[in-house]
Amino acid sequence: MTRAELAELAEKEQVQRDAKKLRLLVCCGTPCLAAGSEAVVAALRQKLAESGSPAELEVVGTGCLGPCSRGPLVTVQRKGTPDMVYERMDPQQAVALLDAYLAAASLPQQNLLPEDLPFFRRQQRVVLQTCGLIDPEDIQQYIGHGGYEALAQVLHEMTPEEVCDGVTASGLRGRGGGGYSTGLKWQLVQKGTGSRKFVVANGDEGDPGAYMDRSLMESDPHRVLEGMAIAGYAVGAEQGYIYVRGEYPLAAQRLKTAIRDAERMGVLGSRVLDSNFSFRVDIRIGAGAFVCGEETALLASIMGRRGQPRIRPPYPAQSGLWGCPTLINNVETFGNIAAIFTMGPAAFASIGSGKSRGTKVFALCGEVCNTGLIEVPMGMPLREIIYDIGGGLPGGAAFKAAQTGGPSGGCIPASKLDTPVDYEHLQELGSIMGSGGLIVMGEKSCMVDVARFFMEFCLDESCGKCVPCRTGTIEIYRLLTRLCNGSAAARDLENLEKLCHLVKDTSLCGLGSAAPNPVLSTLHWFRDEYEAHLTDRRCPAGVCGMDVKPLHLMAEELLQRVVASRVNGEAF
Amino acid sequence: MSAITLTLNEELVTARQGQTILEVAREHSIHIPTLCYLEGLEEMGGCRLCMVEVQGSARPVPACITKAQEGMVVATDSETITEYRRMIVELLLAERNHTCAVCVQNGSCELQTLAARLGVDHVRFDYLHQQLSMDASRERFALDHNRCVLCLRCVRTCDAVEGAHTWDVRGRGVTSRIVADLDRPWGESVSCTDCGKCVQLCPTGALFRKGATVGEMVKEREFLMRLLERRRAIQGRQS
Ligand SMILES: Cc1cc2nc3c(=O)[nH]c(=O)nc-3n(C[C@H](O)[C@H](O)[C@H](O)COP(=O)(O)O)c2cc1C
Ligand code: SF4
Ligand code: SF4
Ligand code: FES
Repeated sequence: MTRAELAELAEKEQVQRDAKKLRLLVCCGTPCLAAGSEAVVAALRQKLAESGSPAELEVVGTGCLGPCSRGPLVTVQRKGTPDMVYERMDPQQAVALLDAYLAAASLPQQNLLPEDLPFFRRQQRVVLQTCGLIDPEDIQQYIGHGGYEALAQVLHEMTPEEVCDGVTASGLRGRGGGGYSTGLKWQLVQKGTGSRKFVVANGDEGDPGAYMDRSLMESDPHRVLEGMAIAGYAVGAEQGYIYVRGEYPLAAQRLKTAIRDAERMGVLGSRVLDSNFSFRVDIRIGAGAFVCGEETALLASIMGRRGQPRIRPPYPAQSGLWGCPTLINNVETFGNIAAIFTMGPAAFASIGSGKSRGTKVFALCGEVCNTGLIEVPMGMPLREIIYDIGGGLPGGAAFKAAQTGGPSGGCIPASKLDTPVDYEHLQELGSIMGSGGLIVMGEKSCMVDVARFFMEFCLDESCGKCVPCRTGTIEIYRLLTRLCNGSAAARDLENLEKLCHLVKDTSLCGLGSAAPNPVLSTLHWFRDEYEAHLTDRRCPAGVCGMDVKPLHLMAEELLQRVVASRVNGEAF
Repeated sequence: MSAITLTLNEELVTARQGQTILEVAREHSIHIPTLCYLEGLEEMGGCRLCMVEVQGSARPVPACITKAQEGMVVATDSETITEYRRMIVELLLAERNHTCAVCVQNGSCELQTLAARLGVDHVRFDYLHQQLSMDASRERFALDHNRCVLCLRCVRTCDAVEGAHTWDVRGRGVTSRIVADLDRPWGESVSCTDCGKCVQLCPTGALFRKGATVGEMVKEREFLMRLLERRRAIQGRQS
């Protein structure tokens, strides 16, 4: 396909879309599927068939729309009116919608989300711009929304150096956690020498509570592929791998379809869009290890070796897959690339704040009214995310802390609710942006228990290569368990802190060195809770059982019993 | 090879480009404790005992892997570092069963020597009391998982020096285990050549000669460099 043909196809798609009088978009992201959206699509399609499949009507199964706890979601698009979103639809209700339309009656108001819901209004969708609007398995719909136009532009108008410069100018930083400048990384790989080069997309996403990358891969796989292809052109790679977490079969299947369709269309494969650039993408499926999200472990896994990190340097940009320069970025990072070139690097850089540019996708969950997938400009204060978009805590409960960055991050207390959410500010508070998990907690959450939860995750996921992480995490977990069950002694808290610093300072990879963060950050902001557990044997949130006695209390009790038995003349 | 200058424990020293901090330190008779490192094997950087402080680096770095660089300022010891090393040895002692009094390696064990040198007189952490098995199915040697510190010297030697790749690791985290041939009893391994290299290089009493009793297992590690040098000489003659 040539660039002109691409533009022609896009226009044709658009005309066809505009010709529809009614489009029903049913969200088919994993959460909505779990809530039964497949049956909704089937019922609607059947109804359409029964009424003779009118050409001006259309039912589309789309990717994730965002407010996942309200699924199945149905969006009604009618010419000339704003979109209407219905929540919690079952097949009957959905068919009733269609019936009402066919009978030219007004649409039911039941289950209709208010038009100006801040959940949608406060978001800014760049990466997720077509999520929930298109059928992820239909490449034409992506093209109809301007898809692969950025790739065409880059291939025909720019040199690889210019592409790298564009990404640098956009100020984009890695969305996988580290926040390293994406443009600089591309330049490094571009300048690297090697017989071959590779582009790898990291879709391993193992943090508990995070599902941004899954949604992106499921809902808009072509956006990721387009970003990878642009990267391939920029750094001089002809082969890409996308590493998908094993627990995401739907994402893998949709990517597979997307790759096949893209190759058939000539936007991937050999001679992409009639240029001299060829780019192939293969999928690699992970086998369920959090550590395989770490870049060196991920590359080892792609090469068929045991998924274990190795010491850097050399960085993958210098020596990655089979010793060749390898560009590895998070899938959301790749999801930003097409937008950088369609809107222009300067326009992209105008979003966000400080050194954090663009938007960030978060998986908002925990004790908050509107859970789901959101995308906001960097630097939005935490309060706005939780109270405006999230709608606050259910029942107006008091906010206690927000956890960002999963097992590598920390907790932000209520006193810091006005912190702008960007790389620098979160780091200042002892947390990290991480890949985008955002867990809201109220007064019913015990911070020691939260720290213990994440430590259990880390000890389970430690690869076992280095001693501080392998054994240190389990010892930290034991100390936290003692605090939670009431058997801790004063020395335990001291040992806990020392051990956290050891593990942080001496672990080989990011898993170990970030594993103590949840403990250190809760110790910093909620030390009184730790002390209540230790000295008063009391859990302020009422979560911990406190049902085991510390050894010194047991000894005392024993002594008293012995003394009492002597006094009473009984046998002990 | 070009020479570089760096500061090692407040003294200026010269080194060759490409040398690790550990190699430079050893040349200058500065002791840095190591466990997983063994000259002649590929470094793995797992035990973290060789961590040293480098000026300008936020965290300590492993001396066995980190290359010395021009102008680097290295301190091989400090209060923090010594405490970290002690804690790492304590973690190893707490992880599995290291009851020296009944160990074949008592008296010539690298872990025991490290502990003594670092002044580890007690373990502040919970003993994990893992009840691990012993594999005595091979005719001449045996493996006691309770004494293994997962340094992977055996895995690396068997793969790179003997070329048999009998050993590998199963599981992850604290449940990691050394396994022979995709996890069968060592005695049933078809790839093992009975060369005994792993046994000689194992720092603790995990791999030992059958029949050895308490304190009897004295290992000979010098063979590795002798062997590698001879191989290098032969290769040099052939090319
Ligand atoms: C334990 C661990 C887990 C990680 N998991 C992920 C992950 O699931 N997804 C991801 O993109 N990056 C993950 N990373 C970060 C990667 O190592 C790497 O920095 C990232 O993929 C680079 O892409 P970026 O520059 O686009 O962020 C992880 C790092 C560590 C230490
Ligand atoms: S820090 Fe943990 S996950 Fe990373 S290499 Fe060490 S043991 Fe493995
Ligand atoms: S068996 Fe010995 S050489 Fe092998 S990993 Fe264990 S301690 Fe190291
Ligand atoms: S000797 Fe350097 S990490 Fe083990």
